[in-house]
Order: sequence, then C-alpha cells, then structure tokens
Amino acid sequence: MQVLEVINPGITTTIQDLGRYGYQRYGLPVSGAMDVFSLRVANGLVGNDEREAGLEITAVGASFRFLSDAVIAITGGDLNPHINNQAVSMWHPIVIEAGSRLDFIESRAGFRAYVAIHGGIDVPLVLGSRSTDVRSGIGGLDGCSLQRNDILSIMTEESSLTFSGKTIRFDDIPVYDHHHDVRILLGPQDDAFPSESISTLLSSTYRIGSASDRVGYRLEGPSIEHHTNADIISDATSFGTIQIPGDGMPIILFADRGTTGGYAKIGTVISADLGNLAQAAPGDTINFATVNVDVAYQSLESQRHVLIRISDSKPIMFGRREFSGFVSGKPFRALSPIKEIESSVTAPILSDHTVKVRAAEGGLPTDFTVHTRTIIESPGE
Amino acid sequence: MYDQLKFLVSGDSNLVVEVGDTISREVHHKVQALYSAITAAAIPGIEELVPTYRSIAVNYNSFVTRQDELQLKINDLMIAPQASVKSRIFDIPVSYGGNYGPDLEFVANHNNLTIREVITIHTQQEYPVYMFGFAPGFAYLGGVSERITTPRLETPRIVIPAGSVGIAEAQTGVYPQESPGGWQVIGRTPLKFFNPSQDPPVFLNIGDLIHFHAIEQEEYVGIEELIRLGSYEVNYNVV
Repeated sequence: MQVLEVINPGITTTIQDLGRYGYQRYGLPVSGAMDVFSLRVANGLVGNDEREAGLEITAVGASFRFLSDAVIAITGGDLNPHINNQAVSMWHPIVIEAGSRLDFIESRAGFRAYVAIHGGIDVPLVLGSRSTDVRSGIGGLDGCSLQRNDILSIMTEESSLTFSGKTIRFDDIPVYDHHHDVRILLGPQDDAFPSESISTLLSSTYRIGSASDRVGYRLEGPSIEHHTNADIISDATSFGTIQIPGDGMPIILFADRGTTGGYAKIGTVISADLGNLAQAAPGDTINFATVNVDVAYQSLESQRHVLIRISDSKPIMFGRREFSGFVSGKPFRALSPIKEIESSVTAPILSDHTVKVRAAEGGLPTDFTVHTRTIIESPGE
Repeated sequence: MYDQLKFLVSGDSNLVVEVGDTISREVHHKVQALYSAITAAAIPGIEELVPTYRSIAVNYNSFVTRQDELQLKINDLMIAPQASVKSRIFDIPVSYGGNYGPDLEFVANHNNLTIREVITIHTQQEYPVYMFGFAPGFAYLGGVSERITTPRLETPRIVIPAGSVGIAEAQTGVYPQESPGGWQVIGRTPLKFFNPSQDPPVFLNIGDLIHFHAIEQEEYVGIEELIRLGSYEVNYNVV
C-alpha cells in the first residue's frame, strides 16, 4: 500500500534497517541505521519487528505527505517534527491521517531522526537487508537516497492498520547534548601508540569536523602520534572504531565505513554509546574515557531491556465512560475514565473500530497532537 | 607467523584473531585454515567472520557469547595443516589496451617494456586473492611481478568503468563497479566482480587464485553478451 510521498528529502533521507551483515568478507559495507537504538525503538513503538526498515532523516528540511492513514513513531534526534503545522511529540506511536504533511523544521537536539511506519517500508531485500548503501548503489529505493516525489509503500494493507499502543518509559528516552562523553575499549592496535598518545586521546576534547558523514566522523583536536607510522597491514574495521591516520587526527568509523582499512586503530566506541554518538553534529565536542569490556556488555544489556520493556508494554485500555475534549485544538472523544489519565493522553484511532487510549508515563509533554478522521467507540475489553 | 594465535579487542562485539604480521601465502593459508576451523565449529554467538591478509575479525553477539569464552573456544580449535588448503584457479578473460586499457602504453614505457611484454608478464602469474575491501568485490591480489610495477596516476580519473584491470605500485586488481580511481588501467574484463542480484554477490573467494588471459575485443563483446543472457560460466580448476 502506498503510504507516503517525499515532498523534500532535506539534507539526506535514506531507508535503513539494522544493516547488511554477512557480506563484509566480500567487501560489502554494512550500512544500516547510524543510530540503531533509535530505529529499534521506533519499530518497537509501532509494533514492528525490529528488523523493519525506517527512514533516517538528517538535520533539517525533510517533508513528506501521507497518502494513506498510517501509524508512525518518530525517534532519534529532535528535528522539531510538525504534522500539518502543529508540533508533534516524539517517542510514541502516532496515528496519522491520509493527506497529512510531516515536516522536520530544524535540529533542536540530535542530528538524525528515525521514522518507523507500522507495517515496515516495502523495498526489496538486497542480500538480506533493505538498508540503502549509496556508495555501492544497492538497497533502499534503487540504491539511492530519497528524492523529491519518490513514493514509498508499506508491507500491509489499510485493513490491517493497527495501533500498537506501545510505550517507552520517560527515563528510557535518550537525551542529546552538543557535548558527548564517549566510552571506548582500547584496541585493536593500541600498541601502535606510545602511552602519551593514549593519554592525549583520553584527556583532550575533540571537535567533530565538517567533513563528517555516514562513513565516519573526522575529529579535530590534539594530534595522536604513532610509535612509527600510521600504516598497518589492512584488516577489518568495526562500527565505532577510532582509526588514526598519518596526520594524527582521529576518525570514528560509522555505518557506511569500508570493511577494511590500513590505518592503526587505537580504540573502539562501546556499542551502547554509538546511538548517542551518531546524534552528534559537526561542531559538537567529544571526550573519550576507557572502560572495561564488562561495562560495555552491561550497558548494551541495559539498552536491550529498554527494547524489551517497549515490547512488553501494554496499551492502557480504559472502560466505557465517555471522555471528550480537545487535544492540540482538535475535538477528541473517547470512552475512558478520565481520572486515570494523568498528565496527558494520546488517543488514536483506528479504522478497525478500536479505540485505545494511553496514559503517558513519566510526565511526557502534554502537547500531543491527535490525527484522526474520527474517534470510534471502543468495543470494550 | 606467530607461534600462537593473538587476540585483539576491537570493541564489545568484535574480536580479532591474528595469525601473523606479514603478507605472505604461508600466513594467508593459516588464515584460511583458521577460517575453515571456526566455520566448522559453529560456535554459538558468532555472527560473521571477516578474514584479511593475516587475521580474522570475529563479529559476535555479546548476548550469546563473550570475548573470553570465544578466545578459549577458538584457541582450542584443531586447525588443519596449511598445506591441505585447496585453491580454485579462475581464468579471467581480459581485453588489454585500446579503449579498455588506456594506460597500457604508459606502464610499458615506465618499465622499458613493449606492450606485448607487459601483457605476457601480467598473464603469467597466478595471483592469490588475499582479501576483499575498498569496495564490494574488490579483491586484494598478491604476486605482481616487479617488472611491471607502476605508480598511480598523478591525477585520479573521475570514472573508471566496471571490470577495469589496473596496476598501482606492486598491486593489481579489477574495479568491480564504476568508480573514481587512480590505478593505471591496462585492460578490462567483461566478468562481473560484484553482482548484488546474486548471493553471494561475488564469485571469487578469499584464497582463490586468479589467472588473467588475453582476449580480443570481439571475444570480449561475445562474453559480455553471454553474461547478459545469463549463459556464461566462469571457469576454474581446483589445485
């Protein structure tokens, strides 16, 4: 089913999933979402399998028109998303009506937003993944970033549109800053550097250079000297590897990195910190600290629990009492005991005559926008 | 070659197993033997192996296994003697010179050879595929004769067609996709070194040997047509 049209792709919008693993030995980059955590959360919130593809939207300027009703979730960087010129909150599922316009106005915190659509974006699997690898020219829509007037479909029909009612705890939502404290493990080639160089890396503040992209972040700051030179016998790279070329300026490798490289790698960012780091914009600053591998594993485990909590979250179903009012200026009516609703409400609806009203947890902002054709009475549960 | 495997931490989901610190057939045979052993062991939690000149990166799922456990299991593997490693030799047709190899004459002049001598030398060797990298399907080959080594172009070309066969210093290789590049282009093969509509997308494997053989332009066009029709088989022998 056709679901949306690209009015403006902004700086760059690509279709990404968790990446194209299994072909690195043939030199095929992994690609995939830069901030994998945010994409997983977005999929979880709309009830998708975490492997479905979503949109990765960069910084500013992207606009879309919905061609059918859809359930979406926007996560990742706060690019000030608006639906039909009204601000819309992120990090929870939203029902969006056919004809609605979704605009990303400006970057307020973070750098990349993710949009998951219930049903998942319907582009062909190429070697096991829908991720766009622009340099190899594969995946996504014809191997390219999205262009004006592109039309995307989802792998579901309107009749099966369902509102997941999934929630994320307020405390589980990442907070993005323009300074990033990043934890690393030393290696694989930390022995190519004198201890003073490692001290320099750990005690200095680096700035993310303007030539940073999905391949890597080029850092500016104190130079990291090698024992002899920067060259190693080329070997495999990994997501978050910090390589130090001959000029001593660190490069952190990201989703579109080449599979192999010939520069010594001083350390690797722990997986749990990659999502927030992927939200860093050129000009942001970074400090590195080393941790041991157990801390890295535990941090990743904690992130996994966020996803499990989302998956396990039950939409709060209310009874049969009528509740009506306005949310973001729109008339709103549902069957619900309002006293159970705390700070705010989302009230989506659906074409299959179900109403699920969810009380937001943990003091989410109250400026929810409800985008529905009608509110339909609950069948009662 | 190291006496023992060397384990290097490359983040919390990647462990690098190094067998040596040189580029050689011997070290690479050990890499291949280790690759076979790890694959055969089917160790739970290993998601992907990326073999290179002298190491294998082991990507793992830390919810299933951890680096200390992996290290123990890999150290315990029985690794077959490198001598038993079998190789496939692929015969790669190349049309040298002309529009397909605009730098052939430069390579000849640079090495005080005739064009024919460059072709003869280039087609005499069997080049081992040490690893892939730089681009999908781009094979790092060893064994280029010193008699035809040539520096890169001073100004890289913006577009080098897919299938172009190049020389850069003591390296030779085939551009799998159209891309910018600075190698001296001496010929072109009609074979597709990267084909994402097939799985695997690359017909070569690490450890294969490549032998180039010279064909005329008419034969190139004929093979290209057979490939288009899906009726071309790449030839190889096992040694």
